[in-house]
Amino acid sequence: MPAVSMTVNGKAVSGNVEERTLLVQFLREQLRLTGTHVGCDTSQCGACVIHLDGVSAKSCTLLALQCEGANITTIEGVALSDGKLHPMQEAFREHHGLQCGYCTPGMIMAALDIVRRNGNDLDEHTIREQLDGNICRCTGYHNIVKAIAAGAKNMKGAAA
Amino acid sequence: MYNFTFHRPTTVRQAAGLLSRNPEAKLLAGGHSLLPVMKLRLAQPSALIDLSQVEGIVGVELKGRSISIGAMTRHADVANSPVLKEAMPGLAAVPGSIGDPQVRNRGTIGGSIANNDPNADYPAACLGLGATIITNKRRIAADDFFTGMFSTALEEGEIIVRISFPIAKKAGYEKFKHPASGFALVGVFASKRGSDIRVAVTGAGSNGVFRVPTFEEALKKRFSPKSLEGLTIPAAGMNSDIHATPEYRAHLVGVLARRAVAKAVG
Repeated sequence: MPAVSMTVNGKAVSGNVEERTLLVQFLREQLRLTGTHVGCDTSQCGACVIHLDGVSAKSCTLLALQCEGANITTIEGVALSDGKLHPMQEAFREHHGLQCGYCTPGMIMAALDIVRRNGNDLDEHTIREQLDGNICRCTGYHNIVKAIAAGAKNMKGAAA
Repeated sequence: MYNFTFHRPTTVRQAAGLLSRNPEAKLLAGGHSLLPVMKLRLAQPSALIDLSQVEGIVGVELKGRSISIGAMTRHADVANSPVLKEAMPGLAAVPGSIGDPQVRNRGTIGGSIANNDPNADYPAACLGLGATIITNKRRIAADDFFTGMFSTALEEGEIIVRISFPIAKKAGYEKFKHPASGFALVGVFASKRGSDIRVAVTGAGSNGVFRVPTFEEALKKRFSPKSLEGLTIPAAGMNSDIHATPEYRAHLVGVLARRAVAKAVG
């Protein structure tokens, strides 16, 4: 089996994978980083969103081998170095932006990319439009949208 | 997904060599059409040739009176290109309407065009602007490139390198998005460059993207949505599925063409 190496959450990792191994399988099954979820496996639901070289991507539609040499961030790599929640995570907690929590890792990774693309002052319309690739079957999105708006604002204060 | 061998060439030449040595191979661009199709076992390539490390096929450039876009340029990078937004915002709007943000971060223009999905957006832009598809072997006019549903003029071992779009003063795209997939149920790209007027339709035709000569004729008199008032196209030859009847698609072609022209004249 081919070898693959990449940086995941700041740490150099490597392993042997089948060519067809998806990034999400490598993350979950080999690295045991099970925060990244598989909801649909058809690039619709966004539960598997990670950051690939700083940009959000669906890890169910990437081969591990496509990420050779890449820099990956998963939900496990988002919290601050002192162990505190990232402002976006904190905002999801504060605003109860989840019910069952299955979509939450992907929501947070997608939210961070919305901030990267659109800045810290986000209106509701922008958030809803930009959350197009993430599906939540519990909340009706209302509190997720509120959490993202608040998290984005709080990120400005905290030098994350 | 059945297994395959995986290759990561760094030049177009290497990629072409790998293609010729692996006749059952497929080129992997963004992978957002190919990998889902492989998961469904609708495609079983023996090898994947990942183009992501190939030099010189990424980026948006102004070249004289054309915009040249490297085949591996991601949808998000085309949509956000300052050069393109300045030169032809009507084209920049096309990739911005594809899929969702994560799909746009991965999907590429070359992959979209080579796949020629009958509901994809870029084929309408290519045909609607009279683009030239530049491969490792030749230059192909968009009019000759799209040969039917999921079918193109690309030959064995041929790799799209760049796409060159002549800059049209007036260009606009309007699509009726399928609410779940984001694909164009119908999409119309309209442009005017001097006396060259083009109206190209995706999503509607049962044989992929096509031009509408009757609409183009009408727009020659005056490039305005008013010129298209009352014009329709026949439902024969329109696609039919659970999402829309041929009659509805034909109706949408007229509506969206007027809106695309309205956008183009701004």
